[in-house]
Amino acid sequence: MKVTDKDVAYVADLANLELTAEEHAGMLRDLNSILEYVDRLNELDTSDVPPMAQVSDRYGVDESKQGSARFAYASREDILEGLRKSLSQEEALANAPDADGQFFQVPKVIER
Amino acid sequence: MDLTSLTIDAARSAVQERKTTALALAEAHYARIQKEDGQIGAFLTLSKERALEQADRIDRMAAEGKVLPPLGGVPVGIKDVMSTRGLRTTAGSKILEKYIPPYDCTAVARMEAAGAVVLGKMNCDEFAMGSSNENSAYRPVRNPRDLSRVPGGSSGGSAAAVAADMAVVTLGSDTGGSIRQPASLCGVVGLMPTYGRVSRYGLIAFASSLDHIGPLAKTVKDAAIVLRTIAGRDPMDSTSADIPVPDYVAELDRPVRGMKLGVAKEYFGEGLDDEVRQAVEAAIDKLKGLGCEIVPVSLPHTPYAIPTYYLIATAEASANLARYDGVRYSHRARGVKTLSEMYRRSRDEGFGAEVKRRIMLGTYALSAGYYDAYYLKAQKVRTLLTRDFDEAFRKIDAIVTPTSPTAAFRLGEKSNDPLAMYLADIYTVTADLAGIPGISVPCGETKEKLPIGLQILGKHFDESTILRLGHAYEQPA
Repeated sequence: MKVTDKDVAYVADLANLELTAEEHAGMLRDLNSILEYVDRLNELDTSDVPPMAQVSDRYGVDESKQGSARFAYASREDILEGLRKSLSQEEALANAPDADGQFFQVPKVIER
Repeated sequence: MDLTSLTIDAARSAVQERKTTALALAEAHYARIQKEDGQIGAFLTLSKERALEQADRIDRMAAEGKVLPPLGGVPVGIKDVMSTRGLRTTAGSKILEKYIPPYDCTAVARMEAAGAVVLGKMNCDEFAMGSSNENSAYRPVRNPRDLSRVPGGSSGGSAAAVAADMAVVTLGSDTGGSIRQPASLCGVVGLMPTYGRVSRYGLIAFASSLDHIGPLAKTVKDAAIVLRTIAGRDPMDSTSADIPVPDYVAELDRPVRGMKLGVAKEYFGEGLDDEVRQAVEAAIDKLKGLGCEIVPVSLPHTPYAIPTYYLIATAEASANLARYDGVRYSHRARGVKTLSEMYRRSRDEGFGAEVKRRIMLGTYALSAGYYDAYYLKAQKVRTLLTRDFDEAFRKIDAIVTPTSPTAAFRLGEKSNDPLAMYLADIYTVTADLAGIPGISVPCGETKEKLPIGLQILGKHFDESTILRLGHAYEQPA
């Protein structure tokens, strides 16, 4: 078993998930079974292989430039009014489970 | 005229020539949905008001003798992971049960600007995570060809609606096979464009480096028309490519004679159903008969694609799904006392089992002490998988494979075994990781009359070649 009960509790905490006892047991079983399968990646020697984070690096990148200038294709002027209008306060709050017309409301953060 | 069995051109022409109206087309599709969708479950939300308003606009254009845009009056469906202004968008999740987006996804906006009539939002696996559509928080979708079987996933509703003539075309999304695999299982055409070909703006993120929007359609030509409509640079998505969009439709009829097609043994090994193998081999023979040359190629890292995919996709998902916090737009648990309790209980109530499993796996793969062993390792293998294709495409124009190792399986058959379910994507995930385009085209059926799909993979930004091949294949011999 790679993943222990303690690991499941720790990762659930990191992920802001509250698991029931039943979910916790299922997660322990599934994560171990998936990670065991994933271990086959260790059959490959990747010591000289660069990581690939995304596909976009394959087009548009100007290799003759340095630093962020290489990604000029993806940048644009920083404009005040943006490419579309910002949401109004009313629109921004429309989907909130709790709001007072001005702010999102959440349970009290600071105890006094 | 049967209004619910038309292709895009036939529907548009019928409206243009006043043989029918966009309104009649929309109503005929709603009538069919009313009749069929109770048992299939392809739609989550209907958008009648929006559809009828657009249909009316198109009918007025036609009445005034104006030339209709390419999708003028064509009834379409949109997978419920694409944001639609003023129209509920759930991503198949309870956590977004009441979410009404304040803006439109670029691909949807382009479809509507081209005259498409949006009938409603299509059912899917929660946050597009699944291969059977059984992970929808609302209801599973059933395969129109056999209601005891799954339609595939995650764009199961999008595939089933086209297969059952409840929409002319639909938009789906593909992160590990979610357009091509359900297209294969439902017997329709499904196209995943090159990463960056279509803007992801307004697509609810699952795994940002792997998510693609594309069409599910009755014919390859219809898929080409939709791609031409939605492709191209969008300033709202910096990963959308500033590369000219060819006229995919005009290029469809160019001959395929002399094209070199790669066949990789790694896609015909253990786990491939015999009937699927036979159908795909027959399809390859047909392409050979059309003058294509078949070239054996090797994609040696293929067996590592699924583990690579499940580490990268879940890692990205764990970050993307952190935004569902019960504050701005998602479900909030009742009766919570602290902020931390609110986050946890809201997410626990709002997310389904598979989504939680993937968030947990992704969080684990990114956590201190495991990042190098899992996430970084997977990114390196992603490089190797991409190099396999680069190497192969030096000698060939496209690669032909089965889309799915089996035809549609039964509901419940794999739902208790996550790994078995993940293997349903074994032939599709590698293209997502490499960012190359792929199309699934129907290529016959099993003895039980279940559809089989042929997958054609192409070079980056060379959708034209795979569309041409698919179109040539699809023509009667």
